[in-house]
Order: sequence, then C-alpha cells, then structure tokens
Amino acid sequence: MVRAKTNDGDVTILIGSRKGAFFLTANRSRSRWRLSDPLYLGHIIYHAVADPRDGRILLMAAKTGHLGPTVFRSTDSGLTWKEAQKLPAFPKAPEGAEGRAVDNVFWLSPGHPSEPGVWYAGTSPPGLFRSEDNGDTWEPVSGFNDHPMYGEWTKQGGTPGGHLLHSILIDPRNPSHIYLGISVGGVFESTDKGKNWHPLNAGCAADFLPDGGVTFGHDPHCVILHPLAPDRLYQQNHCGIYRLDRPGQEWTRIGNNMPREVGDIGFPIITHPKNPDHIWVFPMDGTEVWPRTSPDGKPATYVSEDGGASWRRQDRGLPRRHAYFTVKRQAMTVDGLDPVGVYFGTTGGEVWGSSDQGESWGCLARHLPEVYSLTMAVGSR
Amino acid sequence: MIVRIPSPLRSYTAHESQVEIEGSSVAALLANLDRHYPGIRFRMIDEQDHIRQHIRIFVNSQPVSELSTSLKATDVVQIICALSGG
Repeated sequence: MVRAKTNDGDVTILIGSRKGAFFLTANRSRSRWRLSDPLYLGHIIYHAVADPRDGRILLMAAKTGHLGPTVFRSTDSGLTWKEAQKLPAFPKAPEGAEGRAVDNVFWLSPGHPSEPGVWYAGTSPPGLFRSEDNGDTWEPVSGFNDHPMYGEWTKQGGTPGGHLLHSILIDPRNPSHIYLGISVGGVFESTDKGKNWHPLNAGCAADFLPDGGVTFGHDPHCVILHPLAPDRLYQQNHCGIYRLDRPGQEWTRIGNNMPREVGDIGFPIITHPKNPDHIWVFPMDGTEVWPRTSPDGKPATYVSEDGGASWRRQDRGLPRRHAYFTVKRQAMTVDGLDPVGVYFGTTGGEVWGSSDQGESWGCLARHLPEVYSLTMAVGSR
Repeated sequence: MIVRIPSPLRSYTAHESQVEIEGSSVAALLANLDRHYPGIRFRMIDEQDHIRQHIRIFVNSQPVSELSTSLKATDVVQIICALSGG
C-alpha cells in the first residue's frame, strides 16, 4: 500500500468518496498528478479536511455501511490515522422521551486561528458539535441543538441526501461570529460563539414551500464567506445563487444574471482566494423532476469576476455532450497558486482540474467511487 | 461468554472473529466489550441506546431487540451486520 502524506507534493487534494478517501498530489506546475491508494476503503467519507493552523492535523467525517458514524484523525499529515475517542452525539434523552441520534457526521470546519485545536462538526440530523482537542472528543453546541426554535427551524425535514447541517463558517475577525446552513432549514448566524442563533434568509426564495415568504425553512446547498473580505457571503441555494454583503440582511439573487437556459441551480460555490468578486459555480438541471445533472448533458463551470453581476461559461476540455454527472456541495475547491487552480469531483468518480482558473480543464483521476468532497491540503492553498 | 464479531467491527478486536467477554445482560456485555475495545459500542448502539438500523444481535440464535435482555455465562452472542448496501 502507498502510504500517502499531504506534504508528498506541492499540491495535494484530499478526496472524500462514497467508498473511501484518496490523496491526489501534483508538482507545482500541476502537470503530473499521482493518486494514492485508498484510505479506509469501503467507508463513506463525507468530508476530509486539513487544519490550516497546523497542516499535520487532518480529520475525516466517516460512516461505514452498517455501522454508526465516526471521525478519523491524523496528526502526522495523513501517514497514520486513529478514530476519535468521543464522537459527536446528542445527549441521552430522559426515560420515555424520544432523543436524537447522529446518523452521520457530514461537515467539518476548523475553528478560528486564535483557538488552536477547536473544530466544529455538522451532522445529520442537524446538529452542531465542537471539539477543543483537534477532533479527539466532541461536545454538542447546546445553544443551537437545544435552541427553543430548533424544532421549528428543522420541521420541514431533510433532503434526499439527508437532513444536513453544513457550511459552518467562522468569521476570521471574530471567533464568536459563526454562520451555518441547514438543508432544509436555512442559513443561521450566531454572534456569541453559538449560544444564540437567528435565521438569515431574507431575500432567498423557497419555491418548494407553500409560503415562499418564510424567514426559515430554505434550502442552502452551500454557503461561503471570503476569507479576506468576510462581510461578503455567497450561497448556492436550491432556489438560486445569492450574495449578501454584511451588515446587510437581505440576500440578492445574482443567479438571475445566469443564462436563462442554464439556470442558477447547483450544489457547490467557491471563491478565488484573493479576489472576493471572483466566484465559480457548477450548474445542474433543476427542471421538472430535478435530474441534478449538467444541463443538456454538457458540463461547465460558470465564473463571475464581478461579484455575480455577469457570468461566463468555462467548458474547454470538458465533455461536449452526453455527460450526466453531478458535483456535490463539498466537491469543488481551489488551490492557492498563481494562477489559481480549480478542481471538482463528480458523482461518476472523476476529478477534473484546471491550472488556469477554469479556462481549460483536464481529467486528473477517473474510475473512483462517487466523489463527496474535495479539499486542499495545507501548503496547496 | 463467547461473542462473535462481524468483519466490519474486527478492526476494533485486532481482527479476532470471536472474543470472550462477561456480562449479565446485553447492555453489560456491550459495556465490557467497549472497555476492552474502545469505540466498538458506538458503531453498533446509538446515543439513545438503540441498536443501529443495520446491526442485529443474536443470543443463541435468537434475535434480541432490548439491551436489558439477561445473559448466562454459557450463552453465545453473535453480532451481525444486516445485508444491505451496494
């Protein structure tokens, strides 16, 4: 077995898939890519994430077909792995009461740079958990999980992929300022490190609900903030692409500027690491029965370099027709090189990459299991 | 008593397919099993003490659904991962 480490090359992509994790590593020119042997083959890896504060720390949110959820940890850049000692779990309910049980850990976010060792996890059913020891032990964030409105916020139930808490975003200026997303539930904000929360969905459509004017119950697929301009948020929602400039409270549907025949439905949205106006999405077919595949079988990224005011198609090198895959919400990322590399993984088990900011694409790996997440190792960002 | 371990859980038991663990009930047995092999219980039993959806526990070929089920030292406990997936 090839024992892979995240610092084996200049650029390393961590791949989480339906059947295990892989490292995809390249030289600095990103011209030659090498795939590791699988890690935890057969385990579902929803999210594999490196700690930007200490690149040796890696966490993987995992589940195994028959078994309960778990988190695997590495403290040596991925060379060796161990299971976390105390996993995200809801408190035991009083006798006779019905309690919640974590079905899977879906999302992992490293904490604020001023809080080394702190991580957050999002689960299905929706739960927020916090670790203060690099993911070895986890405690529920009661301020969210037991919020008086939790039942209302989550009452619409989940999506076909589960009822997911995702997109846990920590304001780089303030560790107490946190955003998260719930599918279906909406975007929520806390300004006191998770003790209190409020919905932040004004301006977002919720076409699937009888009353689209609700304050929560929306379906954010992926929410991001720009690390250098943290008042700039973007959201790929079930009902469009949105932008929010804080302290504003109302999202603007920048997806209305997408070509009408393509639409503005998709799962992922990513931003250029140095330019908050520069974003990419991967549109999918959201018509009739929601195939969730590339519109008309012709995959492309769409890029905006003006904060969503206009969009441009990028499909050079991608299949010209008859390509019916999906890119999931965690499965698109960028590196930190110049020019920026853009990458996405598909439900068909391929990883595509561009070393020129999406202008041209090449297939970096194929025949993998369904790709759930792509993230960059530290040093590649 | 003898506890038979399915292959998905043998990473916890140093790849042993059966181990000897004591316990006067299924709950006590699983607690002792977790003491010997930390982490194994949570993969089978959720935080509300329910047996996970795809796990079955048999005592002498009889399925049990309650962790309070009593055990004798001569019982054989078999943990099964239900057929599922793809």
